[in-house]
Amino acid sequence: MSTEMLVQPSATSPTRRVVGGLLRSREIAVFTVLVALILVTTVKNDGFLFSSTGFRDLLLTPCLLLILATGQTVVIITRNVDLSVGSTLGLSAYLTGRLFVDNPGLPVPVVFLAGIAFGAVLGLVNGVLVSWGKVPALVITLGTLYIYRGAFLTWAGSDRINASDLPRGFSRLGTQQLLGIPVLTIIALVVLAIVGYFLWTARAGRELYAIGSDPDAAQLYGLRVSRRVLLAFVVSGALAGLAGVVYAARYGTVSSGAGYGIELQAVGAAVIGGVAIFGGSGTVWGAAIGAFLLVTINRALPILGISDFWQQAVVGALILAAVALDRLLSLRQERKLVEANDR
Amino acid sequence: MNETFQSAPEGGVPVLELEGVQKSFGAVRALRDGTLIVQPGSIHALIGENGAGKSTLVKIVAGVHRRDGGDLRFRGESVDFVSTAESKAAGIAVIYQEPTLFPDLSVTENIFMGRQPLRGGRRIDRAAMHEEATSLFRRLGVDLDPRRLARGLSIADQQIIEIAKAISLDAALLIMDEPTAALSGIEVDRLFQVARSLRDEGRGLVFISHRFDEVFALCDTVTVMRDGAYVATQPLADTTVDALVAQMVGREVGELFPKTAAPVGDVVLSVEGLTSAGVFTDVSFEVRAGEIVGLAGLVGAGRSEIARAVFGVDSYDRGTVRLGGREVRRHDPRSAVRAGMAFVPEDRRKQGLVVEGSVARNIASVVRRGLRTAGVLTGSAENRASGPWAAKLQVKTSALDMPAATMSGGNQQKVVIAKWLATEPRLLIIDEPTRGIDVGTKAEVHRLLSDLAGQGMAIVMISSELPEVLGMADRVLVVCEGRISAELDRSDATPEKVMLAATRRDAGPATPGSTTQEVQPA
Repeated sequence: MSTEMLVQPSATSPTRRVVGGLLRSREIAVFTVLVALILVTTVKNDGFLFSSTGFRDLLLTPCLLLILATGQTVVIITRNVDLSVGSTLGLSAYLTGRLFVDNPGLPVPVVFLAGIAFGAVLGLVNGVLVSWGKVPALVITLGTLYIYRGAFLTWAGSDRINASDLPRGFSRLGTQQLLGIPVLTIIALVVLAIVGYFLWTARAGRELYAIGSDPDAAQLYGLRVSRRVLLAFVVSGALAGLAGVVYAARYGTVSSGAGYGIELQAVGAAVIGGVAIFGGSGTVWGAAIGAFLLVTINRALPILGISDFWQQAVVGALILAAVALDRLLSLRQERKLVEANDR
Repeated sequence: MNETFQSAPEGGVPVLELEGVQKSFGAVRALRDGTLIVQPGSIHALIGENGAGKSTLVKIVAGVHRRDGGDLRFRGESVDFVSTAESKAAGIAVIYQEPTLFPDLSVTENIFMGRQPLRGGRRIDRAAMHEEATSLFRRLGVDLDPRRLARGLSIADQQIIEIAKAISLDAALLIMDEPTAALSGIEVDRLFQVARSLRDEGRGLVFISHRFDEVFALCDTVTVMRDGAYVATQPLADTTVDALVAQMVGREVGELFPKTAAPVGDVVLSVEGLTSAGVFTDVSFEVRAGEIVGLAGLVGAGRSEIARAVFGVDSYDRGTVRLGGREVRRHDPRSAVRAGMAFVPEDRRKQGLVVEGSVARNIASVVRRGLRTAGVLTGSAENRASGPWAAKLQVKTSALDMPAATMSGGNQQKVVIAKWLATEPRLLIIDEPTRGIDVGTKAEVHRLLSDLAGQGMAIVMISSELPEVLGMADRVLVVCEGRISAELDRSDATPEKVMLAATRRDAGPATPGSTTQEVQPA
């Protein structure tokens, strides 16, 4: 076998490739916007960053959405979507309260595990329906969004969990800090790191990308598509369950409106962070930065003196800008590749 | 990673044995008698016309489809694969006609997906993976950045990835379904080198191709299939291109396709020097009133693309299309319809029908503008306009209100034809008029086309069924790799001539020992 090459390998040095990749990466772009937003708002009102509560809130407020966006990303990567996470969050938050009301001495870690397991079961239901029912996830999870919310309303009724129902050791989590960083934020970041590492380095994680990139090809490759899609929904459900526990710890009160509408924010965060809605590409890091940006914008705009109406519109504009940017870049890349092939 | 390949114990156990394998899809019998025996250390050619059942056979071996009956043995043991994962694990690698890649993932990940090299903690070892990909590419003699995304790769490069994937599987049996269709001469040579070295290691290879020069250059044994059944297996040294062609087409053209002679009138369609870079080149032909011109050739030769360009669905780079002497604007199907062209596409469910809409709505869909009363289109106007056409084509008129999706393939095709006849065209382009249609309706469609020609319509018919082309067409244009390689008159057109013209290659790799013959255009 001859080993001579027809053409010399392209002489792009590894350093240039890394730098070039970083410059083009969506994560960096969104992060830059986030930093700029924080800077501008801080110039306008230095309490936004430099007061003790300002810094804490900056890190603490996004943690719920961050956990949800992480789970959502895992699902979107497989070319599906999970709209039921808001209802799952609400149910799990209420479950947390009830567990403490009914069993006052329950250790906090047990409640965390219960919330996660409960969410995983709800996610499993979604996963089974989507991967074996062969119905689009959009429809299935829209259905379970209402069903889970309805179950929540029936279960809770007009009852609500109050801060006084929760043990002090639990509600303190909402304000506690470790080395100046809120504990709940640390939990969210640990979850993010685990999921991100899994997606990057485990075979199952890479297969999720493959399935989203081309489901038919994934079948021909012999990948276990149904099982992997199921896994994605279980992860998303489990993280929504965790987010429910975090919700209870953060706010102390849980009424039947908990988590209402947050699923679309989770999708929005993922899209802004560069997760392709048709699956196959994007990272949880991007989605996390997107979640940070979404939450921070909502807090910054009032300080910048922008009215309520425009706050919503700015979020919408951000999503459209993110999608337009993707389209533009992919068109440019396609043209380049076509030219390269035509040489 | 896989265990290293061990050649089968001596004693001549074939790598692969299929005997009498059957497979039906609904009412269509794709495979009646799939028989193929591949020895280790051999490159086995599998040839046959379009629709002879080669791809179905491959997909059964690969575990994509399950067979309805017959024996399948791999390395001497009876097997029944229910998924591609199983056949892969057993040691069968398949390169499909259409590359199946993940565009969002890197070239390397595409090769190793699902079986990436691991290091401690079951983590993917990217360094090792890239190294292996690089050495695979070196072996294939190509320069591809293992880290680049698969998106945007040329078809040839995609095919290279498929080949690298198959080689890295270290399989005992490698099946290649037309791997060379998109490759240039030098890439084909590289592929052949690799194939020969795999053969010398004692593996079995199956090579499906329409190019005789390549079959003779690479393979040692050949199996011919026809109409879903085994015809013959023979050493290539003992046969010739002519003998193989005769085996591929060996059947009589029945009376199923009666084209009655019609008076031929003026030129209706005249195409000159039509060229679309990379798709077809310098295509010129004329069609006269009352004439049916058949476009024959292999799937992927560019027949449908030519038709789509003439009708204006696709654009083209050079050349002119004239209808009745007047030039038709390029890439503008609306003006083509106004000029009097009609186009029945290949895939009627996707491109020819609104399957959710009623039959009446479908038939009236092209003439709709003229049916409006004060700008409003009523259902009764649609019914009135479509009724006569439906009756003429014997579409059950009680079905006018039914959604088109509920009808059989044959009736759907009639609806599509009726839709266009309602525009009273001078030229009808029809792509695969009877694909997936039962025999009875097939004959009706043929009689209809014959009648239309008799009334003075000019018809261009694209068909992959040789008997249909030969039975229906007054003239046959054979398309091969984007060019018209032969023009045969009805009296002159034989299956052998058409097959040869459809498979000849002018610029193939050097092929010592090839006995390819070329047919001169009539």
